[in-house]
Amino acid sequence: MIEGISIYEILTLSSIVFFIGVYGFFTRENLITVLMSIELILNASAINFVIINTYLYPDFLQGAVFSIFIIAMAAAETALAIAIIINLYKLVASVEVKDTERLKY
Amino acid sequence: METILFYILSALIVIFSIASVSSRKILRAVTYLLFVLIAISGIYFLVDYSFLGAVQLTVYGGGVIVLIIFSVLLVHHIELELEVTPLKKKIIAGLISATGLGITLWAIYTFPFTNATTYKSIEVADIGRKLLGYGDGGFILPFEVISVLLLAVIIGAIVIAKGKKLNE
Repeated sequence: MIEGISIYEILTLSSIVFFIGVYGFFTRENLITVLMSIELILNASAINFVIINTYLYPDFLQGAVFSIFIIAMAAAETALAIAIIINLYKLVASVEVKDTERLKY
Repeated sequence: METILFYILSALIVIFSIASVSSRKILRAVTYLLFVLIAISGIYFLVDYSFLGAVQLTVYGGGVIVLIIFSVLLVHHIELELEVTPLKKKIIAGLISATGLGITLWAIYTFPFTNATTYKSIEVADIGRKLLGYGDGGFILPFEVISVLLLAVIIGAIVIAKGKKLNE
């Protein structure tokens, strides 16, 4: 618990970060920057898990454990997404969203 | 003191995340994202969950950002400027985000949270017992699922990134 800060202020901060990430997800045209917006969204949700755990239910640890899972998932997702982006760059020589219109089948 | 620190950190987070989704130079956008992630780890330190703060610093600041920077250097010129998004698309996305933010904030501020009266910091030992506990409320199953996921991602990333050229 942070002294002098209520749960409302921290939840406000995390929702602002979440919707900045949503804005970036809609407006960006480059796959790597879209991935960065997803990182922002995941971080906002991880803050929410930790804050609700420490402010409302300090005797349980579910939120604390799940924030670790979120970070593991985010790292795995980033590694896989970057592998796909590099493979795509080899195929179509571009990482813009508008150029990625072909699937394998 | 902690109040001032929290406001400084949240100002940094908001400013740099806006800069990160709007900057036209991609390497600068990645650097702003790094600042955002470091400030978020500062918030974890403020709520006395130092383990997650350290994990955030090492995994994000040390791992993910380096991966993103490498991929940027592999597929772009450093000086490349991103295409300008059409103004109409920006306005629509901004409206959608603002509406969503408004609804979320309304829901948060009308909900009566009952704060806990006791307070204790989160210890690493408790987290470890919880993660590997197979008793009541233990997390051994998701823990194992995550380890299988990481193995699958390692193999998948190698196979996908090797790839083939289009004309082969």
